[in-house]
This record gives sequence, structure tokens and C-alpha cells, in this order.
Amino acid sequence: MSENLSDLLYLISIVTFILALRFLSNPATARRGNQIGAAGMLVAIVVTWIKAGHISWWAIVIGMVIGGGFGAVAARKVKMTAMPQMVALFNGVGGGAAALIALAELHRILPPPGTPTDDVSLAIVLSALIGSISFAGSMIAFAKLQELIQGRPITYPGQQFVNGAIFLTALGLGLALVAGVQDQWLLWVLVGLALVFGVLFVLPIGGADMPVVISLLNAFTGLAVAASGFELENNVLIVSGMLVGASGTLLTVMMGRAMNRSIANVLFGAFGKIQESGAAAAADTDGGAVRSANAEDVAVMLAYAHKVVFVPGYGLAVAQAQHDLHQLADQLEAKGVEVSYAIHPVAGRMPGHMNVLLAEANVPYDELHELDEANGEFPRTDVVVVVGANDVVNPDARNNQGSPIYGMPILNVDDAQAVVVLKRSMNPGFAGIENPLFYNPKTVMLFGDAKASVDQLIADVKNL
Amino acid sequence: MSHTMLLVFEVTILVLAIFLGFEVISKVPTLLHTPLMSGTNAIHGIVVVGAMIVLAEPGKGAFTWIIGFLAVVLGSANVVGGFVVTDRMLEMFKKREKPKQDSGVGSTEPPNSGGTGSVGAGAEK
Repeated sequence: MSENLSDLLYLISIVTFILALRFLSNPATARRGNQIGAAGMLVAIVVTWIKAGHISWWAIVIGMVIGGGFGAVAARKVKMTAMPQMVALFNGVGGGAAALIALAELHRILPPPGTPTDDVSLAIVLSALIGSISFAGSMIAFAKLQELIQGRPITYPGQQFVNGAIFLTALGLGLALVAGVQDQWLLWVLVGLALVFGVLFVLPIGGADMPVVISLLNAFTGLAVAASGFELENNVLIVSGMLVGASGTLLTVMMGRAMNRSIANVLFGAFGKIQESGAAAAADTDGGAVRSANAEDVAVMLAYAHKVVFVPGYGLAVAQAQHDLHQLADQLEAKGVEVSYAIHPVAGRMPGHMNVLLAEANVPYDELHELDEANGEFPRTDVVVVVGANDVVNPDARNNQGSPIYGMPILNVDDAQAVVVLKRSMNPGFAGIENPLFYNPKTVMLFGDAKASVDQLIADVKNL
Repeated sequence: MSHTMLLVFEVTILVLAIFLGFEVISKVPTLLHTPLMSGTNAIHGIVVVGAMIVLAEPGKGAFTWIIGFLAVVLGSANVVGGFVVTDRMLEMFKKREKPKQDSGVGSTEPPNSGGTGSVGAGAEK
């Protein structure tokens, strides 16, 4: 296949990726967009494979079968609740691939008398650096979300300083390479340092910030891939990588904005660290006691309400209680109760997480109300049922300036007549912040696994 | 084309891609942030093309063999996993039930593999 023909076919792939992004921005066309992108990807892969010709074609096939097989099985087997960590995982391996390409390219060019031109060595350094950070960071994000390691931020004194020193050392090595120091080992050390930095950089981040970090790492991988394109003089890598780099950056900023936080604050603020001012925050609870109720009481409250709003959170996802919740809602509707769901933009572990989950349980779209709409309804609501959500209903975000989530828009569930909180225990949520809502006199707690509690409610409502 | 000309050309399309990337997703509802993140994640799986080029290098030594092969494995995991995960997310985004429309799409996969036993609850209506 001639260079020109393959470049034209690559252009088709590029166009499909642009269309894919465009279509992904609208719920009605999103799935089609993803399919178009996949088709374009297939074109690019087949073109490249044909171009490779007889050289190692079978190794390429074997590699793709192994990698693709793993990707397909993992992506298909995973539960909807574990989607965030799968995105992190697949993002990480992409970054890893970009870093490996950089190592291989330098190895190819360097043996004397070879000298990479400045731009190629710059690209090699960038893709090795960014790709490695993305790989290691994503693996830590995966491990945190999969709860292989502690989800809470891990911090120690001088952390920023150590991180900065490691990053600057890696950068220095990179500059030396670009300046013409001809030694592959420099790049290996750089990759090693970047991997360590990736780990250390994600460790102190936790709580609701994980999605923002994954999105940022996603943009990083895009940049690394664009740099790989410069190494290999390949347009489709440059354009696609940069498309992802740019759109991923914008997406990261938008996610931060949805949580009313700047990206710098997300990266360096160690959100979710249990604050020293925790005692002060707890004082806000007015020394009120937590009231716990049993399922029968709650069932009565629900069945005789005019309007009930469910506020789902990550606990719903963990307990896989979305179908049960829908069933409970149906039962209440059959009794003439008006039911809706209030979805906070960052409820769960990723934006839109709850929408996906409830859609899986066939909850109709128009019953899912977004933040502003829901907040308008709470004053007219008899009972709000908070199912495994915590930080997104924490009144401290409104009232307590010392709280780490102060300023985040929340669902004002305390405007309703009564609040029922379904929760496993009094442990603070993922972010580790005390929640005065639980001490509010309007609030009753129904302790237990969300699925078990909802099932109990279904049974009790039925018996009324 | 000289190396410099090629470089200038490459930088040009790089810069255009930046603006295109910003432009194309400038108005996304929060609801789609996650699928969009996952979708862009799949697109940078294009790195597999670069990995294939490395592995298809003529006269390569054992080092490039191993590195290239590993890169192909990682890159294809990124592509396939990325697109499948995104598709599974978006599959969930439906408006009110329209059963007829669903069967017409021709997706061969079973209704759902997740759901752990409570699938029956969702089947009513």
C-alpha cells in the first residue's frame, strides 16, 4: 500500500474520531458515535497491518489477540459499578504503550552513528515521561477504586516537595537527552522516575476527586500518543492523540467546575483527607443525636406521602440495589405517591454514574431530575430517601466554611419535610467528612446494606 | 519532503487538532461526562497503530521485539476495552421503553451480564 493511499485512509479514521466526539456529546447520538469511532479505529488498524506486510505480521496478530481478548473480556465481565476503574485501567495501558514506543524508537535511532533530531528526541522524552506518569497514575487510580489499596488520600509531610523533586529530576534527564547526551539509560531512568512520580501523584488524591484525576490522566495519555506520532511521523497518531489531549483537558476542567473546584485544588488539595478541623465540623451537629428507625416505620412514611424523592449515591451502586429501588418506586406509584429521583452531577464515583445505573434498571429518563430542578422540588417533598449518598447531601457544603467541600453545590434534602438515610453504618463517606444531615431532627437513619434495606421496604410497603 | 517541512506540517495539524478538540466537546451535559471520558479513552487507543509500526520494523533485535510486542498487547487492550466499556455504558442510555426499536439495532449480545440476580425486577412494565 502506498504512503499516500494509507494517509488518505488514515484521514477517514481521523474524521470518524471527530464525529465520534461530536456524537458523544449528545445522549441521543452517543452510542452511534462510539460505534463510528470503533469502525474508524478498525480501518486504521487494518491499514497499518497491511502496510506492515510480511514483517512480523503474525506477532502483531498474536499481540492483538492477547491484548484485545483481555480488553474485551474484562470490559464485558465487569459490573456497571466497576466501570470507573476499568476506564482507568484501559487508559493506563494506553499510556504504557506510548512509553514503550518511545523506548523502542530511541533504541532504534541511537546506535552510532545515529542521532535523533531535536524534535524527535523531544517527542521521545515527552511520550516516555507523560506515558509513564499516566500508566502508573492510572494503575493507582484503578487500585484505589477497586479498593486494593486505601481509597482515602495518603499524605505525609513534605509530600509536595518530594513529588516536585522527582518530577524535576525526570525533567532534567529529559532535557539532557534533548540536548544531545546519547545514552539510552537516561531514558530508562527517566521512565522509572516518571513511574514513581505517577504513583506518588495519585496517592494523595481521593474521594470524589478520582473521576477528575482519571479524566486528567486520560488527557495525558492523549498527549503522549500525539508525541508518539511525532516519533513515528504518523499523522493519525498526532491528530487523534491531540484531539483526546485537548478534549480531555476541557472535560477535566468541566468536571472540576461541576464540583465547584479548580483543577489545582483537586490535584494538590488532598480532598477527603480527614481535616484537622474535623472537631469543629462535628460541633456543627449541635450535639444532636442520630435517630435510627426500622423499615416498617419508614414504609409507613413512604406509603402515606404525596411526594417522595430518591437520592441515590455510590452505596446504591455497591449494593446493586438499582432494580430493587425501581421496584419500590413502582410500588409507591401504585399507591398514588409521586416519585422522582434527584441526581447530583457527581453522585457515585463518576459524573453520570447514577444515570447509567438507574437507566440499567429501566427507570424512565424523565423521572431523573438534575440538581437545580430537584432543589426546587425539595420544599414540596414529604420524604427524601437518601440511598447510599453522603457528601452530595452534606449541608456543610453550604454552611461550614471550614469544610473541605464548602462551596460544592449540593442537593438541599433538608428542605424536605423528612429525610430517610439508608446507610451501612455511621462511618463517614468515601471522602471521610462528617455529615451534620444525619444529626438533623428531620432525619432518620435506616442502617444496613442498601439492597437489604430496600428489599425490606418493598416487603413492608406491600403489607400495608 | 524535507524533515523540516514535514515537522512544520505536523505541528500545523497538531495545533488545529487542539482547537478542534476543544470545539467539538464544548457543550457536554454532565450526564455524559463519564461516557465521553471513556470514549476519548478508546480513541487514544490509536496508539496501537504506533505499536504495530514498531513491531513491524525490519531487521529488529530482541529488544525491539519484546518492547514492540508488549506495546501491541497494551495498545490493543486499550482499544478494545475502551470501546466495549463505552458501548456498555451508552447501551444504558435509553429514553422511555420502546421495545421494538431495541430489537432492530441488531446487537447480538444478551440483555445484560451484570445485574447479579435482580434482573427480573427490571423486566416488568
